[in-house]
Amino acid sequence: MLEFFTAWWDYGFMRNAFAAVLIITPLFGLLGTMIVNNKMAFFSDALGHSALTGIAIGVVLGISDSLSMLVFAVVFALLLNKIGRKSAASTDTIISVFSSCSIAIGLAILSKGGNFSKYSSLLVGDILSITKREIISLLVIFAVTFLFWFAAFNKLNAVSLNRTLAKSRRINVRLMENLFAVFIALIVTLSIKWVGILIINALLILPAASSRNIAENMREYHFFSILFSVFSGLLGLIISYFTNVATGPMIVIIASILYFATYFYGKKL
Amino acid sequence: MKKIIKPCGLHCIKIKNLGVIIGGQRILEDINLHIHCGTLTAIIGKNGAGKSTLIRAILNDIPHEGKIEFKDSENGQMQRLRIGYVPQYLNVEKHTPVSVYDMIASYQSDFPVFFKKNKKVYEKIKDSLRIFEAESLIDKQVCNLSGGELQRVLLSMAVMDEPNLLLLDEPVSGIDQNGMEIFYKRMEYLKEHFDLAVILISHDLDYVKKYADHVVLLDERILAQGTPKEVYGSEAFRKTFAEAEVGVC
Repeated sequence: MLEFFTAWWDYGFMRNAFAAVLIITPLFGLLGTMIVNNKMAFFSDALGHSALTGIAIGVVLGISDSLSMLVFAVVFALLLNKIGRKSAASTDTIISVFSSCSIAIGLAILSKGGNFSKYSSLLVGDILSITKREIISLLVIFAVTFLFWFAAFNKLNAVSLNRTLAKSRRINVRLMENLFAVFIALIVTLSIKWVGILIINALLILPAASSRNIAENMREYHFFSILFSVFSGLLGLIISYFTNVATGPMIVIIASILYFATYFYGKKL
Repeated sequence: MKKIIKPCGLHCIKIKNLGVIIGGQRILEDINLHIHCGTLTAIIGKNGAGKSTLIRAILNDIPHEGKIEFKDSENGQMQRLRIGYVPQYLNVEKHTPVSVYDMIASYQSDFPVFFKKNKKVYEKIKDSLRIFEAESLIDKQVCNLSGGELQRVLLSMAVMDEPNLLLLDEPVSGIDQNGMEIFYKRMEYLKEHFDLAVILISHDLDYVKKYADHVVLLDERILAQGTPKEVYGSEAFRKTFAEAEVGVC
């Protein structure tokens, strides 16, 4: 009986996926806290969708799609920040305009000649296909992100609470906002192949939103956000193995259940 | 900020020909102010007169023309101006998991607040909260504070670095009459016991009249400035507030 439940560990692809989930999910939990506090859910969603355009650019230029995706996402994030600061129109309208435009361009290029099915796996992602080399690159981004968070979190929080007040404390507001946007772009593009364009934003938002239902300070907020993220990642992976369902959606289902549970537990109706 | 100093009256802040243009539209023009430590300067004016813009320009938050000088009139040397700022609002809605410690430590220290509480920073924050009897609020969620509590917390934070200049952007919204009286008493205490100047944006003309040393009536440019009596008796004041009919007694 026990063997039935531990059999998944015998498969190399499951062990790789397990390691990948263990590395990616804490990052989602971490960045999600600030994305939710800053009401940037739509921003990170647009970044996820921009992956399609990035890949399309790679196809056109004939370069590696991972590289073109990464560069495009970073440029796109900085551009959104810049326009958002300058324009008087509401930020979500601007993000929507740019996001729709970039998705349309991406889809147009990728669907040329009826070849889009080649890329449709990107929509839901496939964590079971991750290789050891790719796990190592995830480890690097994991370390860099944690270092950034330790060094810069207070300043990010100060900017989030009040920009003018942060400026009066000689914090470089623009630099902090741009750095944060670049980190979201990095994490989103590096994990999108495994998690999928359609659900990556759910993984960024749900653990932090659940944590916000019950947390009263920054320490609790981060602790629960990371805990929920890792828990739904690992449990989702194992359940998806037994039920033969795609891993990404299963993780999101569990993260959603956690959200509703914390919502009612916190009685924040 | 523990040490209580008598205002020396020797420091002064000079704002010369300050002007602001945003998006091609002129918001402020030719603002000249002379502010001494130990005084309370109130900026009054109708909505859209550029009051908040003036504060943001002094903070260097927006590009502006003109100069802001901070001088020690004893030896005439320029010094770096330390400014404490109390904002009009915070981006903290209901259920935001930010405690008073988290907020103040984020501005005051680089020790990551999400990791753990830093004892030294915690004690330092508690000390400064004590000035405004707010030390018991240190672990409370910022979003659950009442208007008066939040004001005390923001004031404590603003004076932590012993500023030479304290800028307050309409800090008394959502506070009842009793709270207003306490607030202005507190301002008097601050300017008398610490070596700083206070600039305050206010809509409460009665309190301004009672407590301000210097009043500036603003509408793109300075329409009138001087003692409350001088400004309140001016033609410009009468014109600005004629329709509102508030507090002119």
